[in-house]
Amino acid sequence: MSGRNFVGIIFFVIVAIFLVYGALLMHPFGLPGEAEMDDNIINNAQEDTGANNAVTSVVFDYRGFDTLGEATVLFTAVAGVILIFRRLKK
Amino acid sequence: MSGMSRIVKTMSSVVFPFIMIYGLYVIAHGHLTPGGGFQGGAVVASGAAMILVAYGSIWTMERVKEKQLSVLESLGALGFIALAFFGLLFSLKIFFNNFLANSEYFLGTSVSYGEVAANINTAGVLPLMNFAVGLKVIAGLFVIVLVMAYATTWIKREGKTK
Repeated sequence: MSGRNFVGIIFFVIVAIFLVYGALLMHPFGLPGEAEMDDNIINNAQEDTGANNAVTSVVFDYRGFDTLGEATVLFTAVAGVILIFRRLKK
Repeated sequence: MSGMSRIVKTMSSVVFPFIMIYGLYVIAHGHLTPGGGFQGGAVVASGAAMILVAYGSIWTMERVKEKQLSVLESLGALGFIALAFFGLLFSLKIFFNNFLANSEYFLGTSVSYGEVAANINTAGVLPLMNFAVGLKVIAGLFVIVLVMAYATTWIKREGKTK
């Protein structure tokens, strides 16, 4: 066995141990540990933002900064594609 | 990709307006029904990609330039960030503040808790942000597909001579 494979197996075992440990620590399905934020959003989203769709009010209002990052990812993808295929014109 | 048969072209032309209407409906009703700017924009861009596949990238590139789409995409991004900064300017001085909600004017009808009838004149800046993100996603996804398809055609046609 070469040294590279040996290092790969060691890393695989370490990552597998961490993943299994994390999976064992999870809450049972359908029973989140800290539900205060969920309840707050569900109870107040309609009166706070005026939107009937609570998901949209989370995406664009409560967590709007996250959506800004998402939009930046899309912008970067478009900029990269146009940059790569630019020389192929003409 | 220089276009498919006449049957495919005719059928895609027939279906195309309905896809556009559905996608724009999803964008415009993002604050009332499931979906929003991203999802509706993906629907509209898929319809445009269908036209691109049916008619070929050369035919499409003669009518839509990727520079125009790129400008539209940047306009969507700028509109989104501008709406976020307007929250910093007005009332509460918070980034991403929903300054139009519950103001009883433009898009400002207040909504009570529970199951209420859908009213499109609600939710403040959320519909405007949906439109901005929708424009961004439409132009962005379509320009990616268009530029890649055109580059493939170009390589097939002229790449061998070099």
